[in-house]
Amino acid sequence: MQEILQYFFSGVTNGAIYAVIAVGFSMLYNSTELINFAHGEFVMLGALCMISLSAGFEMHLVPAFLITMAAVGAAGMLFERLAIRPVRHPQHVVLIIITVGASIFLRGIGMLIWGKDSYTMPPFSAHSPVDVAGAKLLAQSVWILVIVMTLTAGLHLFYRRSLTGKAMTACAVNKKAAWIVGIPTKWMVLLAFGLATAMGAVAGASIAPITMSSYGMGTILGLKGFCAAMLGGLGSLWGAILGGFLLGILEAMGVGFVSSGLKDATAFVLLLAVLYVRPQGIVGSRKVQRF
Amino acid sequence: MTDNRILLEIKNVDKAFGGIRALRDISFCLQDRSITGLIGPNGAGKTTLFNLITGIFPADNGEIRFNGRSVNGFRVHELVGLGIARTFQNVELFESMTALENIMVGMHTRTGCGMIGSILRLPNIINEERRARTKAIDLLKFVGLEKYAHQKSGDLPFGWQRLLELARALAAEPELLLLDEPAAGLNMSETRELGGLIRQIRDQGVSILLVEHDMNLTMSISDKIVVLDQGSKIAEGPPRAVQSDEAVMAAYLGKAKKQEQHASHTKS
Amino acid sequence: MCAPRELSVLEKFNGSDSMDSRYRKIVYIVFAVAVVCIGLAVKNAYYLQMLIFIGLNTLLALSLNMLMGYAGQISLGHAAFYGIGAYMTAVLTASYHVPPLLALPAAIGAAMVVAWIVGVPTLRLTGYYLGMGTLGFGMIVHIVLREWSSVTGGASGFVGIPPLAAGPLVIDSEQHYFFLVWAMVLLCIIMCTRIIDSRVGRALRAIHDGEMAAAAVGVNTKKLKLQVFILSAGMAALAGFLYAHLIYFVSPGTFGFLASIRIVTMVVIGGMASIWGSLFGASLLTLLPEWLHAFSEFEMVVYGLILMTVMIFLPRGLTRGVLDLFERWRKTNDR
Repeated sequence: MQEILQYFFSGVTNGAIYAVIAVGFSMLYNSTELINFAHGEFVMLGALCMISLSAGFEMHLVPAFLITMAAVGAAGMLFERLAIRPVRHPQHVVLIIITVGASIFLRGIGMLIWGKDSYTMPPFSAHSPVDVAGAKLLAQSVWILVIVMTLTAGLHLFYRRSLTGKAMTACAVNKKAAWIVGIPTKWMVLLAFGLATAMGAVAGASIAPITMSSYGMGTILGLKGFCAAMLGGLGSLWGAILGGFLLGILEAMGVGFVSSGLKDATAFVLLLAVLYVRPQGIVGSRKVQRF
Repeated sequence: MTDNRILLEIKNVDKAFGGIRALRDISFCLQDRSITGLIGPNGAGKTTLFNLITGIFPADNGEIRFNGRSVNGFRVHELVGLGIARTFQNVELFESMTALENIMVGMHTRTGCGMIGSILRLPNIINEERRARTKAIDLLKFVGLEKYAHQKSGDLPFGWQRLLELARALAAEPELLLLDEPAAGLNMSETRELGGLIRQIRDQGVSILLVEHDMNLTMSISDKIVVLDQGSKIAEGPPRAVQSDEAVMAAYLGKAKKQEQHASHTKS
Repeated sequence: MCAPRELSVLEKFNGSDSMDSRYRKIVYIVFAVAVVCIGLAVKNAYYLQMLIFIGLNTLLALSLNMLMGYAGQISLGHAAFYGIGAYMTAVLTASYHVPPLLALPAAIGAAMVVAWIVGVPTLRLTGYYLGMGTLGFGMIVHIVLREWSSVTGGASGFVGIPPLAAGPLVIDSEQHYFFLVWAMVLLCIIMCTRIIDSRVGRALRAIHDGEMAAAAVGVNTKKLKLQVFILSAGMAALAGFLYAHLIYFVSPGTFGFLASIRIVTMVVIGGMASIWGSLFGASLLTLLPEWLHAFSEFEMVVYGLILMTVMIFLPRGLTRGVLDLFERWRKTNDR
């Protein structure tokens, strides 16, 4: 029982991270019909940026966190402006290769700035682990959960309440119609890129204290976040969150009860299962083209 | 011109999408070597019926019999093999392929070369290919496009694309040909030529089920007319009789005003 | 059943048909002669190795091009079949001492069987969903190769693969291997050209242009997509087989996600639905990293930039993209 709870805690922590990454994927898919294979690299940038600012420049955590988000968000917008918008005939394959090119490019940049070493940083607060029925819950895990919950609630309010959020939803539903009623669709796409990559940065910055970060960490995180997004239903905010937690928990249970080597396989087996049985994801309702 | 053999029999067919009943209890017969016009206002269920006959989706209830044999549950390509070919309302050509290649794809069910055969390229495969090519050119001539055999089909003007699609459907050597609004987008003289072609096709022994909004064309070439309105059959018979049928008049005239309004909305 | 026949036109068409195949034969002969000349002229082991890798990558690009370029079915996990081919022969020849000549059909067959099993559910998907299904499959194969260490040697790789040998004939010099690989390339090019130019190939291209319409003219789209997927897997496994006996060592890293993406990139940069484009794309993507070594730590940055730039400005690939640019230039000059 205690063991299960311990796995559960670690699963929830990882799941929260996957959820945030998945939300980034879903947001971009909604506004541009694009899967950003460089998304994991923005997570990497977030983690390393956070470590440099707080551990390297000894900046206070809150400004470091906010600067990281802003900087990575800006990088994401730059990426949209320079590499995505100029594409005249956006076909799937072309966009895939462009974003993969971007991921290689960003990994190269990461290596140039931070070298090939791995870094970590102290947790956000020095509290000792909380003891729940014999299982230990790390303080950083609590931090991660709090950050993720706040962020999700914020995004939910943004989409439901703010005019900009509603305009983005309109773009996602029908870009042409949104443009006709006067929504600046190009800005919306740009904003979506900024928000999505900033979400990636949040994920990176939050896990920086509990993992070793290096320039190559992004690929597998990105792919798993992507699996989480598919699991919940591509394009749905709550689906992404659900998918993320589900993936994190199942993965942790897999590590505990099957084998740690197969940890990475969990995500992809789940992905295939969802694709074969219910391609629209667990909560998704959009009709998937299946001839 | 028509004999009494029944080629296609539609028996009590129902089809609903969600809560909308697109077709209810449709029954009619199509005689061998005849042209049957299927008419009705927009949304009457004509295209749905086409999709049922060609196997794109199954009927909820009822039976479709082709050549005396139930074809419920057959898949699209199998029905082509049995002898049911079609054209589409919005021309669906293989745009990156030449006109000739489009027709040769149309012969898919009448040729047999498989993956291994194509790699080995034995004499019988070469012969088959040559025969297919010859026949494809014949068909291009039939619709008057032989000069454009090696043009990409996507580059042809719209009217010719329609003709090419017709030739492609004929390449499958069908017994039943379903034409979904073949005259849409054609001008008057092109429509007249098309009418002639359709008659010639019938005279060569192919039965035709025709959905067409151009009443002049439909009434002049059809042997029989079936009228649908809101998913139900409201009339069936020779063109003259149907034209004077009161239910048909009501459906059409009653709808005419609404349709005009609708058309002006969509245009603006 | 249709219009009367006119023989003169037909003869003209049949004439052009045989012209076409004669012209093709000349191209093959020129290609073969070029390969022999290069093989005899190049003595430098490094260059020979590069040329062999170009050959292997051409096989991979060609196999994916059949699936993606012609049939329009994207695969982001193609390296899995490459890996299955390589590991199958590695395990059979090194652990079980099976002669390579028998391991070859086993390697290709294994990949084909896997493709068949995976293809049935996966090929129902379209667009991004198909891409993701194949990606997931590729990752799973990669993880299995990495984790099943009792058989595959695990993450550190599998050593001790014997050289290719059939009876007294042993192919262990770089030059012999070069001839072997390029003979296979020529064979596969001929095979693919023949398929593309046949009833099957036309049906494949029809699926690419419109799956609905292809079914409506009688193409069994499900079956044909599966067939080409299996064929493509077999060709990739052949490349894997040749790779394993070239290097005598395989490790899972060679067959991961990035390897799959590299194959996709070769196809797209060389030009989708172009047999000779595959050769070009494979050559470029094999040589580019070698040239980029000059940039030392900037290598990745430059590689990523090149990929992005080419795709943004020439989305139809380099060969066709350059032709398009030339067309546009000529048109503006005409005005």
